Amino acid sequence: MGKDFFEISINLIKIFVILFSMVGLVPLLVWAERRVSALMQNRLGPNRYGPFGLLQILADLVKPLMKEDFSKGNKKLLYYLAPILAVVPPAVVFGSIPFSAPFQVPAFEFFGFDLGPYTFYFQSFHLNTAVVFALGVSSLASYSLLIAGWSSESKYPLFGALRAAAQNISYELALSLSLVGILFLFNSLDFLEIIEKQSGPLSFSLLGKDFVFSFLPNWGVFYQPLGALIFFVALIAECNRIPFDLPEAEAELVAGYHTEYGGIKLILFYIGEYSHMMVSSALMIVFYFGGFDPYPFSQETLLNFLGSDFKLSLVLFFVFIIKFFLFLFVFMWIRWSLPRFRYDQLMDLGWKKLLPWALFNALLTAWFIFL
Amino acid sequence: MLPIVILTLASTGFCLFLIAIPYFFAPKDKNSETKASAYECGLAPKQKRDSQISVKFFLTAILFILFDIEIIFLYPFALAYRDFLQTEQALGIILAMGIFILLFIFGLWWEIKSKALDWK
Repeated sequence: MGKDFFEISINLIKIFVILFSMVGLVPLLVWAERRVSALMQNRLGPNRYGPFGLLQILADLVKPLMKEDFSKGNKKLLYYLAPILAVVPPAVVFGSIPFSAPFQVPAFEFFGFDLGPYTFYFQSFHLNTAVVFALGVSSLASYSLLIAGWSSESKYPLFGALRAAAQNISYELALSLSLVGILFLFNSLDFLEIIEKQSGPLSFSLLGKDFVFSFLPNWGVFYQPLGALIFFVALIAECNRIPFDLPEAEAELVAGYHTEYGGIKLILFYIGEYSHMMVSSALMIVFYFGGFDPYPFSQETLLNFLGSDFKLSLVLFFVFIIKFFLFLFVFMWIRWSLPRFRYDQLMDLGWKKLLPWALFNALLTAWFIFL
Repeated sequence: MLPIVILTLASTGFCLFLIAIPYFFAPKDKNSETKASAYECGLAPKQKRDSQISVKFFLTAILFILFDIEIIFLYPFALAYRDFLQTEQALGIILAMGIFILLFIFGLWWEIKSKALDWK
């Protein structure tokens, strides 16, 4: 009895820690975005409050909380539902991402109870169909856009929502099709298994010969450069960020689907957007950049050096976090470097370029495996 | 399954909590007709909502459903591909999948040719 209770409480704590660290990262990312944009445009950015303007985060959070709760239109329930639906899907997907290798907790005694041994996963829940789960649940976010645009009973939100939904579903095709190559390679829907198969030096067999490149890691991006590119472009489009932020093109549509929202409900949309960005960068790492694989070291050398599973997991966790923030930086870099597409160009890119190329990538992978 | 439900409920609860804070604590202002009206730059709109929407959006959604189902069929095939190659029926399975993918390519080609994907 004590053992079950212990594991359940550990899992509950894990769920809440991961959820709140995700939500807590959002204001930090907003601050980072402003600093990065200032860096790129040779400005200062927020630097008044606290060291490096870090207390700006607090001010940004308190101000919308003190704004009047105001709703428009007659569809109140849907109007309030939309910002919630924007946050929930990325939060749930974020729970399925493994931040580090699982480690074994040996049996131990705690206040007279015999507890353990059990396996500690660095994720809220471990799924063996995580790839399909992540794709499916994160696509639910487009409902929030449609509901927000429709329940606002206003012109610009409706147009923005339609554009956003059409864009999201178009790029979802390229997104899911570029993953077929990864499935051909790793034959698994489990994040942990996919990461495990990317450890070690680059090695593969082609036409009956074995090739080993000891100076390169065994990451998906070296097998699937085209797939990785398509996946990344589609991810940026799914996040509705520049150069794909057509739904929020302020010159045409004011602020897109959240024009009629204000105060904390607008902030919830931002939380949803930024957590979608976090999920995207984590997925990019898991599929194409080896997850928590600590290149240039191998996991075995690190294990021998550190001596225990637990320390190894912690080090791998930091490796993952470093890669994670690198990709978030790349997202911001792209945002402040590129101009916006026109809508017909956007749809052409999604349907006529990315989709056929993703299919070509999948067939090429199948052909190489056949050889 | 249970952790997913708990996580969903927890994140929903968190959002509701955030929405509830201004509902109870923020100062309330007088409501007026202008405040409740829809956002518009310039003159006040005559219609309540502009209901004319391009049919392209509807077409895109339908095409998305078609292609998404086709892509979903590729997933189990990709997962079992290496195992298929070991079996004796490998050629038959690859042929069957080849016909499926040819249909996929034909569909895409037909859409592009019939200008269903042009946004002009």
